[in-house]
Amino acid sequence: MTEEEARAVIEEEIRHIVPDADFAEMTDDAELREELELDSLDFLVLIERLCRRAHCRIDENDYPALRSMGGGIRLLVSRTSPDTATQP
Amino acid sequence: MPSLGADMEAGTVLEWRVRSGDEVRRGDIMAVVDTEKSEIEVESFSDGVVKDIVVQPGNKVAVGTVLATLSESNGRPAAEPTIPAAAVTPPGDVPASAAAPGPQIDGVPSASPVVRHLAAERGLDLTKIHGTGNRGTITRSDIEHVAPTPPVKQPRLARRRVSPLARRLAAAAGVDLDTITGTGLHGAVRGDDVRRAQADADRARLPAAKHAPPTTAQAITTNPIPVADHRDSMRRAIARLMTKANAQIPHYYLTTTFDMTAAIDWLHRQNEALPVSGRLIPAVLLLRATALAAQDIDGINGEWRDEHFQRASSVNLGVVTSVRGGGLMVPIIPNAETLALPELMAKLRGAVERVRFGRLLASELAGATITVTNLGEHGVESVYGVVFPPQVALVGFGAVVERPWAVDGLLGVRPVVTATLAADHRASDGAVGARFLARIGRLMQKPGEL
Repeated sequence: MTEEEARAVIEEEIRHIVPDADFAEMTDDAELREELELDSLDFLVLIERLCRRAHCRIDENDYPALRSMGGGIRLLVSRTSPDTATQP
Repeated sequence: MPSLGADMEAGTVLEWRVRSGDEVRRGDIMAVVDTEKSEIEVESFSDGVVKDIVVQPGNKVAVGTVLATLSESNGRPAAEPTIPAAAVTPPGDVPASAAAPGPQIDGVPSASPVVRHLAAERGLDLTKIHGTGNRGTITRSDIEHVAPTPPVKQPRLARRRVSPLARRLAAAAGVDLDTITGTGLHGAVRGDDVRRAQADADRARLPAAKHAPPTTAQAITTNPIPVADHRDSMRRAIARLMTKANAQIPHYYLTTTFDMTAAIDWLHRQNEALPVSGRLIPAVLLLRATALAAQDIDGINGEWRDEHFQRASSVNLGVVTSVRGGGLMVPIIPNAETLALPELMAKLRGAVERVRFGRLLASELAGATITVTNLGEHGVESVYGVVFPPQVALVGFGAVVERPWAVDGLLGVRPVVTATLAADHRASDGAVGARFLARIGRLMQKPGEL
């Protein structure tokens, strides 16, 4: 998955939870949960959706990476790259 | 018209899902009702046959008004519990045998109208489905088993996904949401879609105004079923209830902070072994501990009525849930003290999802015996809430935060949470409240036993 693909996937999955999410004015290091008012249930649903879309496992240890869009993109790119892919 | 929450005085019937003569089972959706806060699906409280639809769609009636009457279907009188006894059709109006549920002689298995409808929608032959319900009745899950919900399906009018912003814009502009093409996922209508539709309508209106009747504009502004903007009315409902609460309830507040290390570690180990869909969140442990403590300690779980505290026999946990775009709803998790953590998690997820994306069920809104607010989700460390009358207690949990914490004479950094109790001093005294909060803190130290 390229960075652009990862970004598109994350944005699309977030829109399932926050249909009005506006990414145009959000920087890559902005706190996703705060900006989008995601509570812990929303966040869990997002993780679930990302796992399904990217066919990778995201553990609780990875949650900090998903605090921002930039971190989320890096996580998805590394998880889906053939060299470092972990078992789904 | 059932009472769908302590703050409800009246409701508007939007739609009937059953017709006179339909057989209904307990739990089947009978009608959709609009309240100040939201649209709610009202279930049947018993098995029976619909006799009369009394209140037609579009009419607003007070809580307690008879909406429809049921008559018996299997030898027992059936009644909608919110209907005064006098309004219930006397037994015998419909021959019991004609409407008796259960497998029928001609080989067509029994199924409720809702299930039959579902089967028809998915092109299924009921005689070919194995019913797992009572006496071979085909249930909704049997249908789901044979033909799972199609992934992309044009949502039905009222079930369309519409963002709160879009709903507000549409209501303000008098735009019919049905005429708008949603560009969100699965056709969800977003704020921009409404703005675009409005701009199109404006453009269409300007040149047309001189030489043509305003048919385009009409098509857009004529709205057969007005989509209610609940924002203002929800604000008013909250205002009314909270004013009443602060005027009538002599509150007292207690607070305690406890170590969440054991709970977080335990959760972490559990979740590591589980697929994401089975993972638990800390809030579920806190809800479970609250339900157990509320069940144990007298004076916390129940209602203040007629100058008496009436202890409830089970814990119907109200969970304050914020609505995107403003306002809140309080779905309840009935008999929360009997639910193991995974069940509690599933109930919580379902209720929150329905608050935000669908419709709550009537049974999810009435009869809370204690309420929990988890404002910690929004980053604050503690919350001093207002008790929802006629309940007598509200528990608030702040954010789980890392703090310096003394353990065995040594200072360490620990995840901690601050729990606050707002309670009605008429029903309990501070010592009772203190025992209650302390019990929650102790339960959280042994998460494996929750």
